[in-house]
Amino acid sequence: MSSRVINWFRFSSPAAFYPLARRIAIVSTAIAVILIAVGLYMSFFVAPTDYKQGEGYRIIFVHVPASWMSMFIYVIMAGWAALGLVFNTRLSAMMAQALAPTGAMFAFLSLWTGSFWGKPMWGTWWVWDARITSELILLFLYLGYMALRSAIDDPRRGDRASAILLLVGVVNVPIIYYSVQWWNTLHQGSTIRLNEESTMDDTMLTAMLIMTLGFWAYSIAVAMVRVRSVILERERSAGWAQEMVARGQ
Amino acid sequence: MLEALDMGKHALYVWGSFGMTALCMIAEPLLLRGRYRQIRKRIARLARLEQEVRHEGQA
Repeated sequence: MSSRVINWFRFSSPAAFYPLARRIAIVSTAIAVILIAVGLYMSFFVAPTDYKQGEGYRIIFVHVPASWMSMFIYVIMAGWAALGLVFNTRLSAMMAQALAPTGAMFAFLSLWTGSFWGKPMWGTWWVWDARITSELILLFLYLGYMALRSAIDDPRRGDRASAILLLVGVVNVPIIYYSVQWWNTLHQGSTIRLNEESTMDDTMLTAMLIMTLGFWAYSIAVAMVRVRSVILERERSAGWAQEMVARGQ
Repeated sequence: MLEALDMGKHALYVWGSFGMTALCMIAEPLLLRGRYRQIRKRIARLARLEQEVRHEGQA
């Protein structure tokens, strides 16, 4: 029985995680391609035209998944940062480092697509509304984390300093999420609600959820490839890393 | 079928959003592949160098 139990701590070593990351990346890439293809098909060919916003509402199929991912990824990075500070595992910091550029990209995409949605619906590209401003702060937190991480030469010190920045910044995530309830904003309220029925057509909701799962799989795939690069960059003098590269892995 | 892709007066906004998302989600994996290949090359060079140094030490 005990031989069947997986020792998860084994994978906290970069050398053990490196080959596993490759397998996860391959599976996630396949899932991402399929889900995004189905999601795009549903976004344009299955979901009906909105009675109020016409065709313009279709931006929701990239705007909402990108916005959710920008928040999820930050929370996951903060989780890795906390793990790294508590257990002093090197891989935790590497995982946070591998997720940051993807999170920043989704925060940027959330603002970009939001802006392209705001112009036809509200008549303006930008407004200093609570939701939009807090999302902009999230983008700055990602950029600040990456700048701090690369400014400190000693990797272990950089890991700790940037982990603390991540944990402090996590307070911004509930602010983004609840901003439409706490303040009177131009941004519309939540379409998906946890405790009551969603205010959306079923096919629209399904398309949006499929796109979100596709973006999840994409993020996992990209983070796994990036963490392999980060591991190699940081362990380049280690014998195992040179052996893996020589074996083509 | 192509009628479904006609976004009418919202074409600029819908395609501007989907276009930028596609650009980013295609560019990121490509840039990443470049970075990954570069570090692998560097490590292979490092390993060769160390081997040469070891051989010279033995000679």
